[in-house]
Amino acid sequence: MKDHYEVLVIGGGPAGLAAAAEASRVGLEVALVDEQKAPGGQIYRNVSEAKNDAVNYLGRDYFRGQKLVSEFLNSGATFINDASVWYLDERLATGLLIDGSSRFISADRLILATGARERPMPLPGWQLPGVMAAGAGQILLKSAGMVPDGRLVLAGSGPLLLLLAWQYLQAGVKIEALVDTTPDSRLFEAISSLPRALPAVDYLLKGLTFMRAIRKARIPVYKNVYGLRAEGRESLESVCFNLTRSRAGNRIKVQIEADTLMLHQGVISNIRLPLASGCKPVWDALQQNWKVGTNKWGQTSVKQVMAAGDCAGIVGARAAELQGRLCALQLGYELRSIGPGQRDILARQLNRSLNRHLSIRPFIDKLYAPGRAYQLPDDETLVCRCEEVNAGEVRQAARMGCVGPNQVKAFTRCGMGPCQGCLCGSTVAALVADETGTTMEQVGYFRVRPPFKPITLGELSNS
Amino acid sequence: MFRLIEERHSDIVSVRIENREFQVPAGISVAAAVLLCGYKKVRNTPVTDSPRLPYCMMGICFDCLMNIDEVPNQQACQVEVRENMRIEFQRGAAELVSLE
Repeated sequence: MKDHYEVLVIGGGPAGLAAAAEASRVGLEVALVDEQKAPGGQIYRNVSEAKNDAVNYLGRDYFRGQKLVSEFLNSGATFINDASVWYLDERLATGLLIDGSSRFISADRLILATGARERPMPLPGWQLPGVMAAGAGQILLKSAGMVPDGRLVLAGSGPLLLLLAWQYLQAGVKIEALVDTTPDSRLFEAISSLPRALPAVDYLLKGLTFMRAIRKARIPVYKNVYGLRAEGRESLESVCFNLTRSRAGNRIKVQIEADTLMLHQGVISNIRLPLASGCKPVWDALQQNWKVGTNKWGQTSVKQVMAAGDCAGIVGARAAELQGRLCALQLGYELRSIGPGQRDILARQLNRSLNRHLSIRPFIDKLYAPGRAYQLPDDETLVCRCEEVNAGEVRQAARMGCVGPNQVKAFTRCGMGPCQGCLCGSTVAALVADETGTTMEQVGYFRVRPPFKPITLGELSNS
Repeated sequence: MFRLIEERHSDIVSVRIENREFQVPAGISVAAAVLLCGYKKVRNTPVTDSPRLPYCMMGICFDCLMNIDEVPNQQACQVEVRENMRIEFQRGAAELVSLE
């Protein structure tokens, strides 16, 4: 590992791996930094170590990652693994925390491929032991071969929830219930985007496969639920919600005893490092997501910074990979190892494929738009898990005159804990916008400041 | 409550969780190990002392903060288990320890 590279890629998921491999191919000196030990990001986590029989429950899409990982490992790019980025500023000084010491490296260009995280789904009791994110369940499956034991309930909305249900069924895990919070009306809103999605019919067929498997396994599926909550004293004991019979309009209360509840309502962009590098957050109203704004080459508002994959808007693994390659081609051109003609010829093929993968997005984004109840939770629901601030306190701060998340933070400590607003930022902004009758753009997002990871003075002085 | 899909695992490491010895598969994270061993909490929060378990498993939520080998505030989902590792619940905020 050197002190300076031509290109530094942050994030070892599909976008970052493809960007690093492609940038190496066009002759640039590249390093890729990732927090994990092995390349793959969250989607292809641990894929190089996965046993062949795991294809039965993880699925073929996951194993696609093996090809990309080996392309990256054979590309000549330097892999800086087990490294957390604890510092990044607008001069692009990058502070890494590796094995108990801090180290700074610099680069001519930065490609940010920080991916996505799950959209927080605040509901009463979501902080109880036994309630976790669906993505966490999938990470345990991929990286540790672990599955829930005991009574499992899956709740929420979105492709990952269906995929996880399918994977658990293939792995022989019993699912007590699937609580689908997608309102029926979403399908009517999404249907107009269906013709546009036809080039990506494989995505639709995959979704149908998951639904068929869930039906075949006779898992109780509850639809059009509201008032979803987790109940228990020291840990989760039951999952409760209400059902409405649409015709009669009478309410039915449902209570399911459970040991584990996994929640999901889509994913949002990881924009902390992009913001630290000086990129401005852009609000995507369709995806209900703060993202990094980019052009078709992945260039951001900051000259030396590029972004690819889910951090620049949710696109999925296949599109992320293609965007990573486009970033690398543009850098190859800018740093003069390839000419504009060659860049454009190589990009044409990538863009054709990219457009196909992106054609499914409007349908998915509309169908699985986050539910209002989980964007704007009831007053007593915890919003900030670190500082334990509830939605009522955030609303109160907004009524007192706080115009955005940064003021709410100063008044309530919401977002001031160790996660630095990762689990509450989107909810706080939505609550303030709703309470003050303004828009997400006006309300804005938490200001980010290093250190992004806990670092001891000892680790800092070990540099 | 979690279990392994297959019981056979080639490499095993011994760790001590809250002073009890456990054998867990090599290569998994501390957070995964604590879940596998059936614990219902990894820490108590500094604000209301309420119990928590790992939530995101990907380094985002900081709900898995634990005391690992006498170093507090470690993200247990980001640390791999090692032989003879000492893993303890984090109770509230970490205390500053004198170097004396």
